[in-house]
Amino acid sequence: MKYTYYPGCSVNATANIYRDSIAAIAPALGLELEELEDWNCCGATAYMSVKELMSFAISARNLAIAEQHHRDVVTPCSACYTVLNKTNHYFADYPELRKKIGQALEAGGLSYSGNLRVRHLLDVVCNDIGYEKITSLAKKKLAGLKVAPYYGCQIVRPDSGFDDPDEPTTMNRLIEALGAECVDYRMKTSCCGASLMGTQEDLAMRLCRNLLLDAQQNGAHCIVTICPLCQMNLDVYQGKVNARFKTKFDIPVLYFTQLIGVSLGLPLRDLGLNRLAVKLTKPIKKIFEGANNG
Amino acid sequence: MLDRDVIAEYKLDHDFLSEIYALPGGREIKKCIQCGTCSSSCPLSYVMDYGPRKMFSLIRAGFRDEVLSSNTIWFCSSCYTCAVRCPKDIKITDVMYALKRLAVKEGKTKGKKAVVLSKNFARMVNTYGRNHETELMARYILEADLFHALKFVPQGWKLLVNRRLPLFPHRMKNMDQLKKILKKVDELGEI
Repeated sequence: MKYTYYPGCSVNATANIYRDSIAAIAPALGLELEELEDWNCCGATAYMSVKELMSFAISARNLAIAEQHHRDVVTPCSACYTVLNKTNHYFADYPELRKKIGQALEAGGLSYSGNLRVRHLLDVVCNDIGYEKITSLAKKKLAGLKVAPYYGCQIVRPDSGFDDPDEPTTMNRLIEALGAECVDYRMKTSCCGASLMGTQEDLAMRLCRNLLLDAQQNGAHCIVTICPLCQMNLDVYQGKVNARFKTKFDIPVLYFTQLIGVSLGLPLRDLGLNRLAVKLTKPIKKIFEGANNG
Repeated sequence: MLDRDVIAEYKLDHDFLSEIYALPGGREIKKCIQCGTCSSSCPLSYVMDYGPRKMFSLIRAGFRDEVLSSNTIWFCSSCYTCAVRCPKDIKITDVMYALKRLAVKEGKTKGKKAVVLSKNFARMVNTYGRNHETELMARYILEADLFHALKFVPQGWKLLVNRRLPLFPHRMKNMDQLKKILKKVDELGEI
């Protein structure tokens, strides 16, 4: 299956382990990802906070270029997904906005007609490739591994449509398809604080503490997520959360693509699993190494 | 409980509501039934000056300064929980974005660090076409948080040793096209 791939800025930077693991698993899954040529930043939440039309216009530039390829555009980042998807929906729903976006694109020699579907990589992997195929490709089941799925906020919120905003199950089923045990917990769609980690650190750390605590109390060995910013906050700031709240969390935070990669039998290094801030713990390593030998 | 100053009606800004109506998504607040689902869903309403429900009430009454200078709009992390739960389908996150932009426009952003981050983010995108996270944080720290610059060091270090902190920006190629689009938006005027 072929898709237009929109990586987004973080995936090429602080989330480069996400990028590496996607590149590693795609061929095995039969996933053809052709990168959108000369894409630009989606604008995320920050651009929208200062300029609205500009934010929609730059986001629409990506859609306009992607539309020329006549296939779904897929992104692994929740923020990119939300913004591109929102632009797409608002373009369809608000005629006045559509007109202005159209004029702005025209100035750049582009046009967009609105015939594009924006998808998140999780949606594509689970619903297009499907759980059965993933199970059949898994070289070794991750038996005994307790995984807490962390959806974060934006992936399942407005205009998403592929899962429930409060009780999503897409990743739960994926974890089970890989033979691991899914740890269900209340806070799987609670906010990690996102960019507030930069501006209101204490508040964001409190949100992360609550999340980590909920996952830990439900017995999770690790957390699996789908968003670069969620991963960064929970992984890179986990040590600081421990220092601030006198907790002893030691919960590695993986991308879902890394977990799939392990079950496909790919080397941990190729999946960027040696580059997490919170290193894989012994019980996880034991299961993963078993998975590699199998 | 009643020791707060009562604000006389004449001190309120009666045009504020119509101004909010004129913002994209602003008219939506008409539908608010003050049920409080938004504030009780919000992960950060407990530290906000006013939760979203109260914000809508303040807007209707004309508390212009209170609304635009509140920390509420900048503590909203755009998690959209309120928006998906609102029984009246109000796009609350959009209203918050609109209030952010109005506060920026009117310069009511003193001490609001999120504004510095957002403005630098937009500047980064206008320059490279993409966000360069490393430079964004450096600029943000210089402008808004120099006093606490050291607190960012351990996390930066963790990213660096794990080869997750690129020092140079990824640039898009056709900046000329992006600039033309941005220039056109400038001419059209924001919505």
